[in-house]
Amino acid sequence: MDIPEVKRISAVKKDYLIKLAKQGKRADGREFDEYRKITIERNIIKKAEGSARVKIGNTMVLAGIKLDIGEPYPDSPEEGAMSTSVELPPLASPDFEPGPPKPDAIEIARVIDRGIRESKYIKLDKLVVEPGEKVWIVFIDIHVLDYDGNLFDAGSLAASAALQNAVIPNERFGLGDNEPLPVGSPPISCTFAKFGNAIVVDPGLEEEQVAEARFTVALDENGDIRAMQKGLKGRFTVEEIKNNINRAQIHAKNIRKLLEG
Amino acid sequence: MGELIKDGLRIDGRKPDELRPIKIEAGVLYRADGSAYVEWGGNKVLAAVYGPRELLPKHMQDPTKAVVNARYNMASFSVEDRKRPGPDRRSIEISKVTSEALESVIFTELFPRAVIDINIEILDAEAGTRCAGITAAAVALADAGIPMRDIPAACAAGKVDGQVVLDLRKEEDQEGEADLPIAIAPRTEEILLLQMDGHLTYKEFEEALELAIKGSKYVSKLQKEALRRKYKKVEEE
Repeated sequence: MDIPEVKRISAVKKDYLIKLAKQGKRADGREFDEYRKITIERNIIKKAEGSARVKIGNTMVLAGIKLDIGEPYPDSPEEGAMSTSVELPPLASPDFEPGPPKPDAIEIARVIDRGIRESKYIKLDKLVVEPGEKVWIVFIDIHVLDYDGNLFDAGSLAASAALQNAVIPNERFGLGDNEPLPVGSPPISCTFAKFGNAIVVDPGLEEEQVAEARFTVALDENGDIRAMQKGLKGRFTVEEIKNNINRAQIHAKNIRKLLEG
Repeated sequence: MGELIKDGLRIDGRKPDELRPIKIEAGVLYRADGSAYVEWGGNKVLAAVYGPRELLPKHMQDPTKAVVNARYNMASFSVEDRKRPGPDRRSIEISKVTSEALESVIFTELFPRAVIDINIEILDAEAGTRCAGITAAAVALADAGIPMRDIPAACAAGKVDGQVVLDLRKEEDQEGEADLPIAIAPRTEEILLLQMDGHLTYKEFEEALELAIKGSKYVSKLQKEALRRKYKKVEEE
């Protein structure tokens, strides 16, 4: 049974946000197509092979990368493996509860994972230790520290930034010197929330709480689509989906500059 | 690469915009309030609806509407290597997006404090199980008499050998370049579910989405025929 982690918001608040949106406004004064301030800090966890803390407004997430040696998957003996998890610990929100990951956290992790995997950001074919026998497994663990909306984009950005500066810990495994984790060009995730007839980018907490539908798209450096996910019980028209992707292509360019600049 | 499409035909002889054979039957289970069985290519899927019924424990109830609780479950024997029984991360995600997609058409406000349980069992799997599951669940909901604004229909499009195609089979899913499963409300063509992984340019996406909608609308026709067949039979009896 799905226990909603994001508690419902009062009907009054919902009416207020929808009324504002009809006038083209958002509660925090942003434009519909405006992200909150994004900051990225790298290499902040010494024990991790790579790490990054990303803030989008008041949302703060920490991604840590650990590598281990394991067996390759039978269907890809010549490739390393990756795994992505998201934790929503009670420290990040009064609505989060301790315990194993709930569907919300699993969905976020899997959408972030697909963006990274499908854009071939981690060069898994270069993570073979002994072909068919031993490969590196990259663990991407995303800890939400402060939840004020839009964990899809914050988590994806933190994961990408952490991978960008990660190392292969050869020394710890007696395999010689550490070397940089081989990565290509990161996916950029862009998330929209729909409430009333408004579709806003980078939803804040209250906007997420009133949202009827959510849409996330991960774009590569050419603006091609690598992953998408529609969420929540609302509906999108085909035109709305296409619009979202076109809007995301502009945002992704700006976010990419932050990440690569 | 270059192996999945030959002379414009796919490995099972289909054209790029052709679905696998689909068979839908409504009302196949005795105990369920509504049920459906779908065979879709090599997929065999059973869906059962229970409810609306009182949601217990009580603190889970929503005083303003019914809770829609879809559970997608793969039988351990439905795949090549035995699947460990019980929910894994993949099926938890599919259950979540399926619940959301189906809830979007159900008049849940008519049944406060209730739950509508939708159980989807994948008995035999051959790519496209989530679309087959939603398709079966939608027929089961209609069979259960749940008031809905539309009967959702689902279908995937994708890309293999650089070409946009409808309804991937296993080899195409594994070796293809993209998969785009969707569910729509056929009357309005609104999108209820959309997921995608792989690599599509924006142009290819437009093409794939159009194809998937076309496929979903055909599936919708089959769903309605299945429901008519069942109720015609009841009438004759």
